[in-house]
Amino acid sequence: MSVSEVHAEMNGVAIRSDRVSRHYHMGEALIRAVDQISLEVRAGEFLALLGASGSGKSTLLNLLAGLDRPTAGAIFAQGRDLAAMSSQELAGYRNRTVGMVFQSFQLLPRMTLEENVELPLRLAEVPRGERPARVRKALERVRLGGRVKHRPTELSGGEQQRAAIARALVNQPAILLADEPTGNLDSKTGEEIMNLLAEIHRPVSGPGCTIVLVTHERSLAERCADRIVSLSDGSIANEERLR
Amino acid sequence: MKFTDLTELAARNLREAILRNSLTTLGIAVGVASLVALLSLGVGLQQLVNRSVARAGLFDTVSVRPRQSNPFRSGGGGQRRATEDVQAPRVLDDAARREISLLPNVIEVDPEIRFTAEAHIEPRSQLTLVAGMPPSSESSGSLEGLTGHFFSAPNAEEAIIQGDLAKRLLDDGKTPESLLGQEIALRFAQRQALPAAPDPTQPGSAVGPDEEAMGFSIIPGEKNFRVVGVLPTSDSGNGPVGFNAAGIYLPLAMAESLEVVQGSDLRDVARAASGEGRRYAALNVRASSPAGVAQVESAVRGMGFAAFSLIDVTRNLRTFFAIFDLFLGIFGSLALAVASLGIINTLVMAILERRREIGVLKALGAADRDVRQLFFAEAGVMGLVGGAFGVLMGWGIGRAIHFGTAVYLKRQNLTPPNIWSVPWWLVLGAVAFAVLVSLVSGIYPASRAARLDPVEALRYE
Repeated sequence: MSVSEVHAEMNGVAIRSDRVSRHYHMGEALIRAVDQISLEVRAGEFLALLGASGSGKSTLLNLLAGLDRPTAGAIFAQGRDLAAMSSQELAGYRNRTVGMVFQSFQLLPRMTLEENVELPLRLAEVPRGERPARVRKALERVRLGGRVKHRPTELSGGEQQRAAIARALVNQPAILLADEPTGNLDSKTGEEIMNLLAEIHRPVSGPGCTIVLVTHERSLAERCADRIVSLSDGSIANEERLR
Repeated sequence: MKFTDLTELAARNLREAILRNSLTTLGIAVGVASLVALLSLGVGLQQLVNRSVARAGLFDTVSVRPRQSNPFRSGGGGQRRATEDVQAPRVLDDAARREISLLPNVIEVDPEIRFTAEAHIEPRSQLTLVAGMPPSSESSGSLEGLTGHFFSAPNAEEAIIQGDLAKRLLDDGKTPESLLGQEIALRFAQRQALPAAPDPTQPGSAVGPDEEAMGFSIIPGEKNFRVVGVLPTSDSGNGPVGFNAAGIYLPLAMAESLEVVQGSDLRDVARAASGEGRRYAALNVRASSPAGVAQVESAVRGMGFAAFSLIDVTRNLRTFFAIFDLFLGIFGSLALAVASLGIINTLVMAILERRREIGVLKALGAADRDVRQLFFAEAGVMGLVGGAFGVLMGWGIGRAIHFGTAVYLKRQNLTPPNIWSVPWWLVLGAVAFAVLVSLVSGIYPASRAARLDPVEALRYE
């Protein structure tokens, strides 16, 4: 498929996987973590990938994030096939097109919040003069404006996850990919995080963000997602549109 | 990632494991220190020899003498003799001096005035060599360590005395510098022109057959000079040596005007050579630069004179020191080679510890190249800091060796020369070498870090 054909087809689609597979060899056994999944996420959509542990939802998210490469099939984002990108191009995609939020926050403990949030801007070679304002704006968006000089270890789990969301959003990505963002939090804090994601998806003012959420909690997915895709053994088991 | 961000992150990472990184950096510093200490001594020794040779005028001076009829006595190799055989020997007179002064690259032609005289300061006398010193000597560096001052005028009745001679002329316990301002009498053999027509009524005015044959008579001469300068004693390694070494120096014009009998006068008598005007035993020809010496030497030989310079000797000297410094550098670099293993070890450990961090960086958009550069930058910063610290340590070690040598030589009643030098090229070269070695050591760890699978790295606990 040519780039122009892909562009035409991508009209209104943020990211699309086309019979994408990720197989591993473990000794003699072949593990089909993701097996021939075709999925389309429309721009501005909030999609929840639901499944039990080992269903392949995190592997699919890693493929969509450009952290991993498929063993077969293709993933199209911004009119380009991620599988055909060089590692340099893939790094640029991870930096500018997608933002990642992880279950275990993945903040660098020796850096302050503002330094953690500044990291994607450093990698994007954003001029130094612009960075403080963008970092402050991102942290204020997650209501951590007063904690910029704190280190992650000085924050609660919920605050750490909010800081991780600020870091994921600081480069204004088109797609936010969240892998079990409430998995390490109590239910009340988890709810706060989900509310924050909903706010990011449909802000009071300004454009929203496409969100792909990986979770094993149906209730969370039902609260915020426009659509739920259930995975089982590396394949799509069910798909339901909620909104 | 931009260079400033890269170095900032690298410095931050290094600060996090401060003890381990400091020890690794110290290893580099010790390696650089040994390199700098050894090379600074090598360079110092080379400069000491160069200074001595330069002071003697051996780098830019050609000594010109009338050629001997026997080619084997003129010295030099076959090529020189072949050249000399082409031209007949010539008399070194005023005409020849003018001709030489017009040669390209020649900036000064001075007669070599050297004679034996008796130096007398009541109550002691000493036989010594006296030499004429041209005004250019004041700025040529040949008077390093002079106490007092240079001659006030080209024909001033002033003398500069060598410290050794001064010691022999003085009572025990007095320093050579105590001679400054004192009068010193010189007694020497003086030429006197023969009278045009001897007066038979005056006793003693008759010219003997020997004198008639020589064309002049020899009478005792004596003149007083005021000591204005004292040169360091020879055991200090300073003071003029080589072509123009003497116990007492007089202004050249003054020395010429004394009409002292020199070896060349007697040689001319023996040869009955003819020539116009004044004849010289030797001329010292100064070239505009050491590079011009060979050309001047060749031109002078072509004119029929014997010419001698130490340009070939100094070339060999430079080769010797180049090899000497190379060996010192190799030995000094061994410690740095060991330090490079420390860098590899530290960075490999850092990869293991920061595996998850590398995964996060990659997830946020760091390319393999960014991760590689980050580890390179960390290795480079360690090399830079270790190199700079090593130069300081090397400077200190070299200084300590120099100090120890000086103490030892002083105990042996010798004046210690400066055998230690840390030139700018050594400082910059050592730091650059440390950075280079560190970067080379960082190749493997940096490549390994860059190749890390981000998914695996993020899972790492």
